[in-house]
Amino acid sequence: MSLFDLSFKELERQLHNKEITVEDLVDTSYKRIKEVDDDVHAFLSLNEEQAREQARELDKAGHDGRAKLYGIPAGIKDNIAIKGQPLTCASQFLRNFNDPLYNATVVNKLNAEQSVTVGKLNLDEFAMGSSNENSSFVPTRNPWDLDRVPGGSSGGSAAAVAAGEVLFALGSDTGGSIRQPASFCGVVGMKPTYGRVSRFGLVAFASSLDHIGPITRTVADNARVLEVIAGHDRMDSTSADVDVPEYSNLTGDMTGMKIAVPKEYLAEGVSEEVKNTILDALKVYESLGATWEEVSLPHSKYAVAAYYLLSSSEASANLARFDGVRYGVRSENAENMIDMFKLSRSEGFGDEVKRRIMLGTFALSSGYYDAYYKKAQKVRTLIKQDFDKVLEEYDVIIGPTAPTTAFKIGEKIEDPLTMYANDILTIPVNLAGNPALSVPAGFSEAGLPIGLQIIGRPFAEATVYEAAYAYEQETKHYLKKPHLGGGAS
Amino acid sequence: MANITRDQVMHVAHLARLAVTEEEADAFANDLDAIINYAEQLNELDTEGVEPTTHVLDLKNIMRDDKAEKWAHRDDALTNAPDKQGGQFKVPSILE
Repeated sequence: MSLFDLSFKELERQLHNKEITVEDLVDTSYKRIKEVDDDVHAFLSLNEEQAREQARELDKAGHDGRAKLYGIPAGIKDNIAIKGQPLTCASQFLRNFNDPLYNATVVNKLNAEQSVTVGKLNLDEFAMGSSNENSSFVPTRNPWDLDRVPGGSSGGSAAAVAAGEVLFALGSDTGGSIRQPASFCGVVGMKPTYGRVSRFGLVAFASSLDHIGPITRTVADNARVLEVIAGHDRMDSTSADVDVPEYSNLTGDMTGMKIAVPKEYLAEGVSEEVKNTILDALKVYESLGATWEEVSLPHSKYAVAAYYLLSSSEASANLARFDGVRYGVRSENAENMIDMFKLSRSEGFGDEVKRRIMLGTFALSSGYYDAYYKKAQKVRTLIKQDFDKVLEEYDVIIGPTAPTTAFKIGEKIEDPLTMYANDILTIPVNLAGNPALSVPAGFSEAGLPIGLQIIGRPFAEATVYEAAYAYEQETKHYLKKPHLGGGAS
Repeated sequence: MANITRDQVMHVAHLARLAVTEEEADAFANDLDAIINYAEQLNELDTEGVEPTTHVLDLKNIMRDDKAEKWAHRDDALTNAPDKQGGQFKVPSILE
């Protein structure tokens, strides 16, 4: 039994009573990283010296009885700024960007609750991708099967938690980038309501769709991290001024809970194994006192098209800041300013990032704006209305997180549209802004994790956590762990 | 229907400040053509009278006092610069 099998609550008790030390926890983290990360490649950089120093200081000071994440080792997706640590976004453009000027607000909030950041986690370049194969450094591999992708774009975050390298990770989710890797890696991933968590210090991809959220082994731990990072931030004018409840105060009471199951989420394209797993989960909910009915989210099939137009358009504007003037790489081959922009960007960005910048620039260009960008914004309204309507009558919407289990490395990378289709069940929720979580729901015949997605009303994260917790406590899929590094079990 | 030409790609690449070779332009034309064709399915939907959604929060302009605050020191802001001189970012010539 590893210390990393314990809940945050139990660890807090043991730390508080000095049965274990923060140094023990941080040491467990680095030992495990050394044991497995040459295979998994979840981390892009480590912060070992500082983290060990911080651990000694925390041990010296002791737990004050209040700090919610005292001594808990964490990994942060490498598109979130930490002062003094590299910030690469897994892009060659930022390969030398080693000293961001400030901490992201979520990092300041974690520091205030005394977690320990052990390093920065791999991702698809600028969070654009669903497999981590778009990392310009090295692809992360799925701890359950090293020939398979961990999902993306927060693949490093999900893999690090699944492999037991950290106790929690922060990821970002623009079209499913927290939930889909959580599903593929058998961990819990939460995309909170749009505006629930400040994005200050998150490198922007698509500002109307970007979210930060936690990835953990269990629901209760996840709720505790969100409790810490949520809340209004004057540094992010899109953060919502809505009170943060105590999410981790969970009962698991499902009595009277009304569940909607969209028929579009169990339709063609969703594998039989995934579908049957979700139907089994609904039986569990029935046994817990909840009821479910089939509903329709009729505009679901248009979500992927609308999403790629909108997210790429926003990305083309957001990534204009990477010009080679103030930070990042600058091409040596330019003689004038415009060439410097063009060559620096072309040498620094990978294929998928360029493809999306091109698509977005096209969709926003004169003559096409109304036909593509504005049309997609209108379809977004219809998709949001679908969710609003169903959630007037039901407490949560439940379905799969991803249509399949983790696919093989190399299987989908050649065809952008095949890759995009993988996010068909997560993308609609980003367009609508509702909170949604993926919780482990069991395993395929091949032993690969399957995720259950729970979608709630705006700012009703507490309800989503309750539904996830009730199911998790009944099924306890989190107890099964990948065999890695000499057979952790 | 989309049928994106090499010239269109070169024009968009210039707007996006990307240097693209002719070979790359042909590859982009293929990719963009496929994605735009896929996106044409949005035209199946009648969106007459539907308001566009730019973002989902019910927020209007967020105001704050117009007051200077302490932020990064100039030297800090220059630490990651590819090239600098005299406390400023240095760039190649702008005018020919």
